[in-house]
Amino acid sequence: MAEVKELVKELVDKYGRERKNLLPVLQGIHLETNYLSKEAMLEVAKQMDLSAAEIYGTASFYSFLDTKADGKYKIRVCKSITCEMAGKSEIIRTLEDMLKVKVGETTEGKRFSLLETNCLGLCDQGPAMLINEEFYTQLTPAKVRKILGEYIRNKY
Amino acid sequence: MAEQVKLNIDGVDVQVEKGQSILDAAKKVNIRIPTLCHHEDLCVAGNCRVCVVEQEGKNTLTPSCATPAEEGMVIKTSTPKVRRARKDLMALLVSEHNTQCTTCYRSTNCELQDLAAEYNVDNNIYLSVLKENLEIDKSSWSIEKDDSKCIRCQRCVRTCAELQHVNALAVTERGRDMRISTFMHLPMNEIVCTNCGQCITHCPTGALTERRYYDEIWEAIDDPEKHVVINTAPSVRVALGEMLGFPVGTRVTGKMVTALKKMGFDSVLDTDFSADLTIIEEANELLVRLKDALVHKKDVALPMITSCSPGWVKFIEHMYPEHLAHLSSCKSPQQMFGALTKTYYAEKKGIDPSKIVSVAGMPCAAKKYEANRPEMRDSGYHDVDAGLTTREIGHMIKQSGINFLELEDSEFDSIMGESTGAGVIFGATGGVMEAALRTAYFVITGRPVPFDNLNITPVRGLKGIKETSIKFENCLPEYSFLEGVEAKFAIAHGLINARQIMDQIVAGESPYHFIEIMACPGGCIGGGGQPIPTNDEIRKKRIQAIYDEDMNKPIRMSHENPEIIKIYEDFLEKPLGEKSHHLLHTKYRKRKRY
Repeated sequence: MAEVKELVKELVDKYGRERKNLLPVLQGIHLETNYLSKEAMLEVAKQMDLSAAEIYGTASFYSFLDTKADGKYKIRVCKSITCEMAGKSEIIRTLEDMLKVKVGETTEGKRFSLLETNCLGLCDQGPAMLINEEFYTQLTPAKVRKILGEYIRNKY
Repeated sequence: MAEQVKLNIDGVDVQVEKGQSILDAAKKVNIRIPTLCHHEDLCVAGNCRVCVVEQEGKNTLTPSCATPAEEGMVIKTSTPKVRRARKDLMALLVSEHNTQCTTCYRSTNCELQDLAAEYNVDNNIYLSVLKENLEIDKSSWSIEKDDSKCIRCQRCVRTCAELQHVNALAVTERGRDMRISTFMHLPMNEIVCTNCGQCITHCPTGALTERRYYDEIWEAIDDPEKHVVINTAPSVRVALGEMLGFPVGTRVTGKMVTALKKMGFDSVLDTDFSADLTIIEEANELLVRLKDALVHKKDVALPMITSCSPGWVKFIEHMYPEHLAHLSSCKSPQQMFGALTKTYYAEKKGIDPSKIVSVAGMPCAAKKYEANRPEMRDSGYHDVDAGLTTREIGHMIKQSGINFLELEDSEFDSIMGESTGAGVIFGATGGVMEAALRTAYFVITGRPVPFDNLNITPVRGLKGIKETSIKFENCLPEYSFLEGVEAKFAIAHGLINARQIMDQIVAGESPYHFIEIMACPGGCIGGGGQPIPTNDEIRKKRIQAIYDEDMNKPIRMSHENPEIIKIYEDFLEKPLGEKSHHLLHTKYRKRKRY
C-alpha cells in the first residue's frame, strides 16, 4: 500500500494534478505494476481529487490498461482483418498449444496472458503481436515457437 | 442584445441568439424534434442521434441538439430520410433493450417506449441483442439499477457530474461492452453515492428507479393488527397531481388526503407538522450557537447548516467528513415524525408502538436510505418503517382504482396533522431558511420579520446560491447580544452549489451564520422521488404552488402552530430539552470520499 502511495505521488508530482494528466499517471502505474489495482486507482482518485468511478471509466476504456492482475507477459495478437488474412488463426493456435490456455486466459502462476487486440498499425507486416511493449511481425508458427521459447527460458 | 441568427425550419423563419442549437430554434416555433439523450438540465451529449434533421446543402443528417443554428440555414425536420433514420435508430436501441415493457415500472412514462410507438418500431428488423444474465442491482435502499433497460444516453452520468458533482456513475468499458457503471462495478450501496435520485428523474427509461416498498405497505394496510400511519411531505402535494391527470403546479392536498384515507391508511398526517418542529429546534440551536460564539466566546461551528436533506447529509459525510460539526444536529422532519409517531402519537392514541407501521410519503429517494440508517431507532423501534416516493404514492392511488380527478377534499388527521405556511415552504429551495427566519426573528425581537406579508423574497427562486442578511435591532433583553448584529445567510440547492459553499468553509472564508442546503436542484419539489419529467419550467410551477399553499394558510410561522405549542406543553417540555435531544436530534458519521 505504502509503495502504491509513493508511486502515485511521484507520478502525480511529475505530471500534475489536473484531470488531463490522468492518462499518463495511469500509464506510469501500469508500467511499474503491470496492472491497475483497486488500491492504485483509489490512490489516484485521492491524490488527483477525482471520483473513483471516473478513474475506472478511463482505465476500462483502454484495452492496454488492465484493471485485473493478469500474466506478467501479455501477448496481444492483432485481430484485424489484414492479420487475419495473413494467418493470425494459426498463430493463435500455436500460442494456445504452447501455453495451454485459450484466448482471454492466463497461465497458471500468472506468467502469460493471451489476448487479442485491435489493429496495431503493422498491417504490412502481419500477422503481428505484442508481448508487453515489444512487437513481433511476419509471424509464422515456427517463429512464434522460437520467440515464446526464449521468453519461457530466459524471462520466465 | 446578443447576436442573432436567422434560419428557416420547415418553411418557418426563426431568429435565435447565436450559439443556440437548431433544436432550441425549432422549439421556439413549436416544432417538436424527438430527443433521448438531451435534457434541459444537462450539457449536450449528442450521442443518441434521434434528433437528426436534414440541412440543405449537406448530404449527411445533422444532430439538431448538438448543432448551433447558423445564419441562412434551411432545415427540414420531417422528411422521409429523417424519418427512416430515426426509425432505424429506434429499432437499434430497441434491439438492445429489455422490451418487457408490460412489467416495467416506467411503462407509460418512458421516453424510449413513447418514441418506439411513435415511430412504429414493430417490425423487428433487428434481432434482439439484449445481453443475457444482466442482474438488477438492488443493493441500495434507495436506487435500483437495471442495465437491461439502459440505452447509454449518459443522462445519469451527466446528472451526477454536472448537477451533483458526485460522479458516482461513469461510462465504463467501450464498444459493445460499454455500460454505465460504478467504480469496479461495485454495487450501488458500496460506492460514494448520496442516494439523491436525480439520476432516476433524469433517466429516460426504467434503467434507474427507486427501490419500491409499496407492496409491503399494502400488506401492512391489509393487516388488521397493524396501525398504519402516513405523513406526507410538502412537495408531494404540489406534484402528485401530475401523475393523476392534473396540470403541473396543481395543489392536490385535500384530494391526496382523501385518497390515502380511502386506501386504508389508519391515519394521514402532515410532515409539515414536524417541519414546524424542526424550525423550533433548529432556530433554537442556531441561537445557542450564536450565543456561545458571541457571548461565551466559545469555539463553535459556524455557519450552521441545515440537515433536512438526507442526500446533502450523505454528501457532506462523504466529501467533507472533517466539517460535520457545521451540520445542525436536528433530524430531518421525516425522522422527527417517525420518532414521535412511535412515542408521543402512540401514547396519546393509546396504541402499542410495536403495532404501528410508520410510512413517510416523500419527494425523495434518499429518504429511503435515511429511514434505514441504523441510528434512526430512537423510539425503541424502527422510527420510519418505509419511505414512499411521490411516484409510488401515485402508483398506489392508481392501483386502488380511485377516481382522483373527482375526489372530494379532506383534512389531515390529528394529532400531528396541523401545520403552518412555514412548514409548507420547506419544499422549495430557500423555504427552510425563510421558515427559520420567520421564527428566529420573532424569538429574538418579539416582532414579525420585516418583510411584506412575511415573504422573504431574497431567499426564493432558482438561482444556485442565494444570499441575504438581516440586522437585528431592538432585540428582547434575552437576546441583547444580537443587538445590531447583521446576520448573513446563504441558500444552496444542487450539490454542485453545496460544494462551493463547503469549499468556502474549508478555506475559512465563509461569511455566513446560517446556511440552507438541499441536495436537489429546486429543493424537494425537484426531488429524486418526484414525477418525471422534472425541468426548470416544472420546478418553477411546483415552487409557485408551494408559495400559494403558504399564502393560504391561516398561520404562517412555525412557533404559532397550536399542535407544536401543545407537544412542548404535553411531551417535549422545551426546545433542545432532554426529550428533544433524545428523539429529535442525531449524530453524523465520517465516510470515505473516494
